[in-house]
Amino acid sequence: MERPKSTDPLVTVRDLVFARDGRPIFRDLNLTVARGSVTAIMGGSGTGKTTLLNLMGGRLTPDRGSVEVAGETVGSLPRKALFGLRRRMGMLFQSGALLTDLDVFENVAFPMREHTRLPESLIHHLVLMKLELVGLRGARHLFPAELSGGMARRVALARAIALDPMMVMYDEPFAGLDPISMGVIVKLIRELNDALGMTSIVVTHDVVEACGIADYIYLLGDGRVIAQGTAVDMQKTDAPEVRQFMAGLPDGPVAFHYPAPEYLDDLMARERP
Amino acid sequence: MSWDLGISGLGRRVIGGVGRLGRATLFLARLAPALGVALARARLIVQQLYMTGVLTLVIVLVSGAFVGMILALQGYNTLVRYDAQSSLGLLVALSLTRELGPVLTALLFAGRAGSALTAEIGLMKATEQLDGMEMMAVDPLPRVVAPRFWAGWIAVPLLAMIFSAVGILGAYVVAVGDLGLDGGVFWSQMQSGVSVTNDIMGGLVKSVVFGFVVSWIAVFEGYDAKPTSEGVSRATTRTVVSSSLAILALDFIMTAFMLRGL
Ligand SMILES: Nc1ncnc2c1ncn2[C@@H]1O[C@H](COP(=O)(O)OP(=O)(O)OP(=O)(O)O)[C@@H](O)[C@H]1O
Ligand SMILES: [Mg+2]
Repeated sequence: MERPKSTDPLVTVRDLVFARDGRPIFRDLNLTVARGSVTAIMGGSGTGKTTLLNLMGGRLTPDRGSVEVAGETVGSLPRKALFGLRRRMGMLFQSGALLTDLDVFENVAFPMREHTRLPESLIHHLVLMKLELVGLRGARHLFPAELSGGMARRVALARAIALDPMMVMYDEPFAGLDPISMGVIVKLIRELNDALGMTSIVVTHDVVEACGIADYIYLLGDGRVIAQGTAVDMQKTDAPEVRQFMAGLPDGPVAFHYPAPEYLDDLMARERP
Repeated sequence: MSWDLGISGLGRRVIGGVGRLGRATLFLARLAPALGVALARARLIVQQLYMTGVLTLVIVLVSGAFVGMILALQGYNTLVRYDAQSSLGLLVALSLTRELGPVLTALLFAGRAGSALTAEIGLMKATEQLDGMEMMAVDPLPRVVAPRFWAGWIAVPLLAMIFSAVGILGAYVVAVGDLGLDGGVFWSQMQSGVSVTNDIMGGLVKSVVFGFVVSWIAVFEGYDAKPTSEGVSRATTRTVVSSSLAILALDFIMTAFMLRGL
C-alpha cells in the first residue's frame, strides 16, 4: 500500500491530535493529499470526517500536530492570510449552505462579487458557465427554498468552483441523491478535477462511488487512518476492519456504537447522569 | 419556593444579565470596525433599509394615526375643562415629537423588524450560511451583520418622524372634523409652541439612541443564538423583551436629563 513517490502533496496532515469537549476525535492522524488527485476520505458516521475538513479550512485548530495546505500551516495563520488561502479553496457543505435571501444566480455570483471587481457582463457569463456545468442554467432565477436537495447541492458545487479554486472539499456530496444525480455529480467531480487542474477531497461513506472516482482512499476510524490505498488495494485487502467497512457488515472490529457504558448497566441504572 | 431560594434565583438572574451585557459589549467592539467597512458598500445598507421599511412602514403609519386620534380625543377632554382647547395642536405635537413618536416607534420596530432581524441572522447561522461565508473568505460581520445594523439604526429615527407626522395629521382630522376646533388655531398654536432645538431635536436624539440599542440587541441576539430552531426562537423572544425594557429605561433617563435642561 505504498503510495506513488512522484506525487507532490497539496495537503499534509501530521500527527494530528484533536479533541472536542474532552472527547478525542483524532488521536494521531497522518495523511497527505496529492496535488491534482481526487482523494476520498471515508469512515463511519461520527469518525470526524467533517471535523477534518474544518481543520483543513482553518475553522478549527489542532490541539497538537499540524495541517498544511499549499505549504501554509493552517492552524497558525493570521486571519488575513487564512482568508487569502480560503479564496483558493472551495468547500461544499453537507447541507449546501446556500444563501437563502439570494437566488441561484446571485449565490453563484456571490464569491465573484465579493472578491473580484469583474464587470457585470463578465460575471453574467461566468455564472452561466458554472451553472451550465452543473446543469442548472435554467434554474438561475429560483431561490434556494425552491430547490430540491440534489439541486441545492449542485448549485453549491457551482458556487464552490466559482473562483476556480486550487482545491475543493466535498462533504458528503452523494448523500441523499437519486442514482442519476449521483452519477452526474460523480462524473462532475472527476471532470472538474481534471479539466480545471484542481485537487479534490471527497468525504463520503459511499463505498462504490468512492472507489469509482478516487485516485486514493483513506479510511478513518478510531481517531486515525486505519487503511489507505487505491480503490484496487482497498478491495483486495483482507484487513478485517477494511473488509467490514467495504462490505458494509454491522459486526466487526469497527464499533457501530457511540462510546457508552455497558448496555445492561445503563438499563439498570436508576439515576440519570 | 423558599425565601432564600428566591433571593439566590434573583442573584443568578442579575449575574446572568450582567454577563450577557458584557458579551453584547464585546460583540459591539468586534462589530465596530465592520460598521466602518460596511459604509463603503452603501448599496447593501439601502437594500436592508428597504426591507426593514417594508416590514415596519404600514404598522407605523396605522399606529401613528390611531395614537394621534386618541391623543386628540383625550387631550380635548382635559383641555376643554380649562377652556384651553385651542392648545390641543400644541399638546398633541409635543407629546408625539418628544415622547410617543420615538418610544412607540422603537417598541413597534423591536417587535416587528428587530425580532425578524434576530431570526434571520440566527437562521443563517443555524443553516451554516455564515460558516459557508467564512469558508468563502467572506467575513459575515461586515457583509451580513453591519448593513442590517446600519439599516435599523437609520430606520428608527426616520420611522419616528413619520409616526409623529401621521399622528399630528390624525389628531388634526379628529380635532377639526369631529370636535369642531378651528384648523388655523390648531396649526398656529403648534407652530409657535414647538421648539425645533428642544422638542424636535430632543425627540430625534431619543430615536437615534433607541435605533442604536434595538439594532444592537437584535443583531447580537441573532449572532449569539444557539444554532438550532429552539435557540433561534428563544433569541427572538429575548430581542423583543430586552429591547422593550431598554427603550423604556433609556427613555426615562433621557427624559430626566432633557427636562432639566442638560
Ligand atoms: N460542534 C460540536 N461540538 C462538539 N462535538 C462535536 C461538534 N461537532 C461534531 N462533534 C463531535 O465530533 C465527532 C465527529 O463529528 P463529525 O461531524 O466530524 O463526524 P462525521 O465523520 O462528519 O460524521 P457524518 O458522516 O455523520 O457526517 C462526533 O462524534 C460529534 O459528536
Ligand atoms: Mg459529516
